[in-house]
Amino acid sequence: MLASLLAKGVVDAWLVPMALPGGGVAPSLVTDAEALERAEPLAPVLPINAARAVSQLTMTAHKEKLGVVLRSCEVRAVVELVKFQQASLEGVLVVGIDCPGTYGVAEWQAVGEKERALEALLAGAATGEPEAWEGLSFRSACEMCVEPLAAGEHVDLAVGLVGVDAGQLYLRMGEDVAAALGLAAGGAPAGRKAAVDRLLAGRKAAREAALAGFRERVSSMEDLLAEFGACVRCHNCMVNCPICYCRECIFRTPTFEHESQLYYQWAERKGTVRMMHDTVLFHLTRLNHMATSCVECGVCSEACPVGIDVATVFQAVGEKVQALFDYHPGRSVGEAAPVQEFREDELTTLGERPR
Amino acid sequence: MAEAEFEPRIIAFLCNWCTYTGADLAGTSRIQYPPNVRIIRLMCSGGLDPVYVSKALLEGADGVLIGGCHPGDCHYQSGNYKARRRVAILQSILEQMGLDQERVWLRWISASEGQYFADTVSEMVAALKAKGPNPLRGVGAI
Repeated sequence: MLASLLAKGVVDAWLVPMALPGGGVAPSLVTDAEALERAEPLAPVLPINAARAVSQLTMTAHKEKLGVVLRSCEVRAVVELVKFQQASLEGVLVVGIDCPGTYGVAEWQAVGEKERALEALLAGAATGEPEAWEGLSFRSACEMCVEPLAAGEHVDLAVGLVGVDAGQLYLRMGEDVAAALGLAAGGAPAGRKAAVDRLLAGRKAAREAALAGFRERVSSMEDLLAEFGACVRCHNCMVNCPICYCRECIFRTPTFEHESQLYYQWAERKGTVRMMHDTVLFHLTRLNHMATSCVECGVCSEACPVGIDVATVFQAVGEKVQALFDYHPGRSVGEAAPVQEFREDELTTLGERPR
Repeated sequence: MAEAEFEPRIIAFLCNWCTYTGADLAGTSRIQYPPNVRIIRLMCSGGLDPVYVSKALLEGADGVLIGGCHPGDCHYQSGNYKARRRVAILQSILEQMGLDQERVWLRWISASEGQYFADTVSEMVAALKAKGPNPLRGVGAI
């Protein structure tokens, strides 16, 4: 199908996960139709959120027509990047794929029988109750993902896997794309709705449990310090976050490197001063900057070398700050992000002297 | 000897056009207010990144006062509305992360409201005295 759209000139290049030596996959730009045989659009792994690649491919002028194959969390991240003028969906053909869940990069790399593991996953998607392959577990962000389906206004061609028998695909697309592929309309597979409901019910329950777990775990200053205590300030969560887009992050500048004398002064006052200590400040600041737009892809947790579940923190906090502005990250480029706009008639008691 | 009474330390981020000028008016009018506030002048409350508020709290400031122009009066049209959203987000995050969001105050104080500025500082000092010191002040392991 991808090769056909390429051959017919509907797109000039595809951004699609391609097989790598060693068994991994990476989003790659492909113009050779034959090379598409090595495409792995269904590989259950998210090494990076490909929204970053879409940003690189669409930020500045190009004459090629681009097609992109993305999971739902990647589509949402692209939508947020478009709002921040870091990507463009103008003229881009978006192929969305239902995501039954992904595994950690290293875990998937180590799986010997990848084909059987993928078949088992697709069979699970068909029933709406995908189970992790032997010895693996889904990434926690996937287990609690309540928007796994290829859907929404920015998906031009949706590839349905949930509730679709293994070996088959359920495609939804506009008439222009259908005409290019020479496809006639059909109906949704009989089991689709029930399988989707089953999948989402499981995910919602897992999500509520995880967020409740976080809220129980973190409710005081001591809890906060413990939550991020292991942070080694590698900034991997920020580097890999698809929507943390600043060219120069304040935490990569000397802004919070103080004169030597000051550290001694603080130590004198407190008895102890943790050095290289902008860890809680770093996470609090990233929450302030990005939690309103968090698309819940979970690559931050995946990138953390010490196992801090950054993604769950962002999802829990994100849920409440997004609710302040009734905002849904990644839904539509027509909706400005909360930090981009304001309303005169909102939050009117904030800033006034309480009576 | 009795222990000295706790004197809160407040970091104030004040916009150049309204609240900073209001504070100046309090001074030139010789209005008395508690000396617990350390003022940092900004061009606009909308230019204040939450990182500096968080930094002050994590380093042990007992309170942070953010002062801007009244809604509709921003010298740059809309900076104070943007500040208002950022403070709403910041307060929600502080609360969710187990910190005391009531240590962060946002107030609209115009250049002509010297008395209101002095009153605000007095009220904030009283509120922070009632709360006690910022528990983060003595923590070395942040």
